[in-house]
Amino acid sequence: MQPASETLAARPPGRLSRIAEPVRTNFPDRAWAALLAVLGAAVLVVAVVIVFALWKLSAGVLKHTGIASFVINSQWDVVRDVYGALPFIYGTLVTSVVALVISLPVSVALSLFLTEMSSPRVRTVISFPISLLAGIPSVVYGLWGLFVLVPVLRTRVEPFLAKTLGFLPFFQGPPLGLGYLAAGVILAIMILPTITSISIEVLRTVPLSLREAALALGATRWEAIRMAVLPYARAGILGATILGLGRALGETMAVTMVIGNSPTISASLFAPGYSLPAVIANEFAEASGALHTGALAALGLILFAVTLLLNVAARTLVRMSTHGPSRAAS
Amino acid sequence: MQRRRAVNALMTGLCALGLALALVPLVSVLWLVLSRGISALDLDFFTALPSPVGEPGGGVGNAIAGTFYIVGIACAIGVPLGVGAGVYLAERGSGRVGDVIRFTAEVLSGVPSIIVGIVAYGLVVLPMQRFSALAGGVALAVLMVPTLARSTEELVRLVPGVLREASLALGVPEWRTSLRVILRTALGGIMTAVLLAVARAAGETAPLLFTSLNNQYWNWRADQPTASITVQIYNYAVSPYENWHDKAWAAALVLLLLVGVLSLAARLLTRQRFGAQR
Repeated sequence: MQPASETLAARPPGRLSRIAEPVRTNFPDRAWAALLAVLGAAVLVVAVVIVFALWKLSAGVLKHTGIASFVINSQWDVVRDVYGALPFIYGTLVTSVVALVISLPVSVALSLFLTEMSSPRVRTVISFPISLLAGIPSVVYGLWGLFVLVPVLRTRVEPFLAKTLGFLPFFQGPPLGLGYLAAGVILAIMILPTITSISIEVLRTVPLSLREAALALGATRWEAIRMAVLPYARAGILGATILGLGRALGETMAVTMVIGNSPTISASLFAPGYSLPAVIANEFAEASGALHTGALAALGLILFAVTLLLNVAARTLVRMSTHGPSRAAS
Repeated sequence: MQRRRAVNALMTGLCALGLALALVPLVSVLWLVLSRGISALDLDFFTALPSPVGEPGGGVGNAIAGTFYIVGIACAIGVPLGVGAGVYLAERGSGRVGDVIRFTAEVLSGVPSIIVGIVAYGLVVLPMQRFSALAGGVALAVLMVPTLARSTEELVRLVPGVLREASLALGVPEWRTSLRVILRTALGGIMTAVLLAVARAAGETAPLLFTSLNNQYWNWRADQPTASITVQIYNYAVSPYENWHDKAWAAALVLLLLVGVLSLAARLLTRQRFGAQR
């Protein structure tokens, strides 16, 4: 027994179809290899070009204002060439947090329902509308938000919130419809497919034996989910959430159309605000000179840096969760 | 036990509620686009130029054509790069470099599309001193490359290794094996991936706002501003005019049909491919 298991263990794992490194002596093969390498490098070139272009456009204004004061200044006065990013950063964060607060519970509930509680047939039927939700262009969501969601918020939801939760600073002031809340709700709808589909992917990798063990010990289905499935999938769901957050931060058109476009900072969710992508979308084409263009590009640079960090973190978490910790380093 | 059963039933109900909540906006969006869009839709809408405020009739023919034009430019640039990068990752990307490229592609696919618009502005609009269809195409191409690279890699990896071995054993050079055996086998899947990428690109608005801008007339020159259906929807929607709002809904319906047909075609292609294998 002993030697047999040893030879099994000594065999190189997997990849039986792997061919020895080919010797490329003829010209066409070398040319083909070089062409492929160039095309592969295209992805890296795209990344470098993005960073370079953003930096080149925004370097002027960052030197003019200073990076720190650019970020913490809350004045945005194009006429006097005063540029501060704070209202846009604030609006982006507030709308994204609102979106997560609404979307996360719904997405997790939906993904649990589809993976743990329903038959495979329901799963395939439902996965189609979820992918539809992801496929609707954001300008269409904006259109719907502007003419359907905003009136509903103005006439029903915001007065109701003011009446019941009006003692909180978030729900005070006149119900305008256009504002942080509208943008947050639209974003919640838009990131729902992202969080849901990745959560489903993560939940599918939870070993069946964990569920079976919990059920065999007499747990109800919900207890099995709470005690066996969710703890195992926690990191992956966190990763899905961060990916959703990254999408919410960068979403442009729908937010631009419903946030109210006012470079101010208000505690109330009913108030109009502004977000980083929205101000870029509105002002870039008609920017009045290099400083203004540069300031907008600098807002883009901030947005790029934040989404980049979030994406790296999220991808690492999701990989860890679906491939096991050993793969995370690669 | 009774209490635990009740909790179980309650949580099951809440999870099902999540499903219902997710479907409400979807149904609402689709229903409104269909019902409000269809009333302003006629043949003219697909072929005519936009009419001025207050004048009845007119259409978005130039914007539909412009979307096809810009997406066409994006495909010409983005498809070879994206598919090529995917083939590289599948065939030679097992080392450290491959991992770096793969991770970069994953991370790049999360970059907001408006950022890509700024990049295309810096790369194309500034040097050319004018907004152009080319700039819009470059922006969309940059968006296509990472997603295409990743899906192409997956599809090429699906091709059985024995096919390659058989081809090489017959003395076919490596480059011809890659092109004529591996790529041809994966072609159906790659077409699907390209169609999905095109559908996504056609729905993009943000990267076009300050690259291809807009145009009231037909345009077939790559160095001129060009209308697109998405930017047109945006302009109509945020205008103060009632009859332009109607046109925004109609244009949204056209856009959804376009995106829907592309995705459906992609789905059918996939089904056909898998059907043939089984």
